[in-house]
Amino acid sequence: MDDLRDLYQEVLLDHHKHPRNRGKIENASHRAEGYNPLCGDKVTIYLLLRGDVIENVTFEGTGCAICTASCSVMTEILKGKTEADAERIFGEFHDLVTSDPDSEFDASKLGKLAVFAGVREFPMRIKCATLAWHTMKAALKTPGGTVTTE
Amino acid sequence: MNHDIRKNPPSAAARPLDPARIRGEFPALHQTIRGKPLVYVDNAATTQKPQTVIDALVHYYTYDNSNVHRGVHTLATRATEAYEGARRKVASFINAGDPAEIVFVRGTTEGINLVARSFTGCCIESGDEVLISAMEHHSNIVPWQILCNESGAKLRVIPMNERGEILLDEYEKLLTPKTRIVGVVHISNSLGTVNPVKEIVERAHARHIPVLVDGAQSAPHVAVDVQALGCDFFVFSGHKMYGPMGIGAVYGKREFLERMPPYQGGGDMIASVTFEKTTYNTLPYKFEAGTPHVAGVVGLGAAIDYIRGIGFPAIEAHERGIASYAVGRLSAIPGLRLIGTAKERASVVSFVLDGIHPHDVGTILDREGIAVRTGHHCTQPVMDFFGVPATSRASFGIYNTREDVDALVAALYKVKEVFA
Repeated sequence: MDDLRDLYQEVLLDHHKHPRNRGKIENASHRAEGYNPLCGDKVTIYLLLRGDVIENVTFEGTGCAICTASCSVMTEILKGKTEADAERIFGEFHDLVTSDPDSEFDASKLGKLAVFAGVREFPMRIKCATLAWHTMKAALKTPGGTVTTE
Repeated sequence: MNHDIRKNPPSAAARPLDPARIRGEFPALHQTIRGKPLVYVDNAATTQKPQTVIDALVHYYTYDNSNVHRGVHTLATRATEAYEGARRKVASFINAGDPAEIVFVRGTTEGINLVARSFTGCCIESGDEVLISAMEHHSNIVPWQILCNESGAKLRVIPMNERGEILLDEYEKLLTPKTRIVGVVHISNSLGTVNPVKEIVERAHARHIPVLVDGAQSAPHVAVDVQALGCDFFVFSGHKMYGPMGIGAVYGKREFLERMPPYQGGGDMIASVTFEKTTYNTLPYKFEAGTPHVAGVVGLGAAIDYIRGIGFPAIEAHERGIASYAVGRLSAIPGLRLIGTAKERASVVSFVLDGIHPHDVGTILDREGIAVRTGHHCTQPVMDFFGVPATSRASFGIYNTREDVDALVAALYKVKEVFA
């Protein structure tokens, strides 16, 4: 458990250094840009939906390690999920990163997202972790717009 | 008017600063952060407060609290004397000729807004130009932008070089018959550059153009003499000079303050009011509408006393030493790039580490107990110029030591280890 409380652990750093699903989807059905004015993090999320299933999801942009890793992990998790799944997982993720740093969480349910538990110790960095998800949600709802984490 | 407090006793000037003693006077420095002793190197954002300033605030609210002016009872007299006494201290601190040229505001931002708004009211018209530099804080950009939009004036920008120094030849060319005012930062909060304010003022005055100096970063670190600088406005904040938050001052030359319309209307800024006509109060009250932040002013006075007790010769020597030590040690870190390498620099050191975002740097430093600022430092045009989204910034004050720099450097090697 101590391991998971550490913000910059191996899994997170690996996603930062070797981000998965980075790039553009040329025939994306949904797309949104997200901006975190605090850090200057800027990401674009591309989605390709077939029915309500996320067939492909990628990201582009520059940001801090937390932001990049979050984009990378999110895109891995969401592939093949439905829109409803995405909303639910975002909810679980949001609950995790905004929970009390000392509270317990169900690491098995959260899977890879549990690596972001360390963010709870650094309230100023929560927005770095959630930008990818807010942007994904915005892409699903209003393709084309820019969201900020403010 | 009492000018004698301006002079430091000769012994204070000669005595080097004793950081150990000074650290003992700042209670906030004596705590641990995540189990490590706090290393506070975020002084350009705000400084910690000495016990004497904290005590002055407590004393004011405990014994002297009253509204100022127009009261005849004892507490009103005490509060008014404390308030006006602090104004004289501020005047003498920056060597203003007359305390009536000192207007209390919330801080540098409000001060610049006051000048921008009121000066535009008397002296800027459509087609005129306002000249600022490329390294201004947003607070010396946006108020002018707003006023330019309203008045139809144009905002022009003096460029800088890749070291973060103003290009004086370009400045000269930008001073035109249409230029109505120049606004320039004394010490850059994101680059540490000390600008040649005296020369900037001289060149503007040769064309009868007034100059506003943003002194937020200079007032705590160098002896400021507004008459020697010749500037027409000098604006600074209390909280960056060991004083309370929410208080600052505008120095303005009487000839301009007299011509400028009030910034806000309300109580205290009037001589007489009828529903038909209001006559404004004399300086500086014309610009101080409403109940002022008396406790803040008293605390600012205490901060000035504190700084004077140490003396600028000692402060400048100490901080110059720390800054050059920091620049040397930081430059030796592989993959570290300094942002802002002006020849004339203050104790503000901005940097980026190859491939590591400043916010990750800041978070890992925090785990080591080190407080630096990370971000664009309210100078987004400066970040754009250097092609970085943000920087990490260490800024030093009177209580910082070489050990603080060593702790910062050791922690930066840890950052590199994490991201290796």
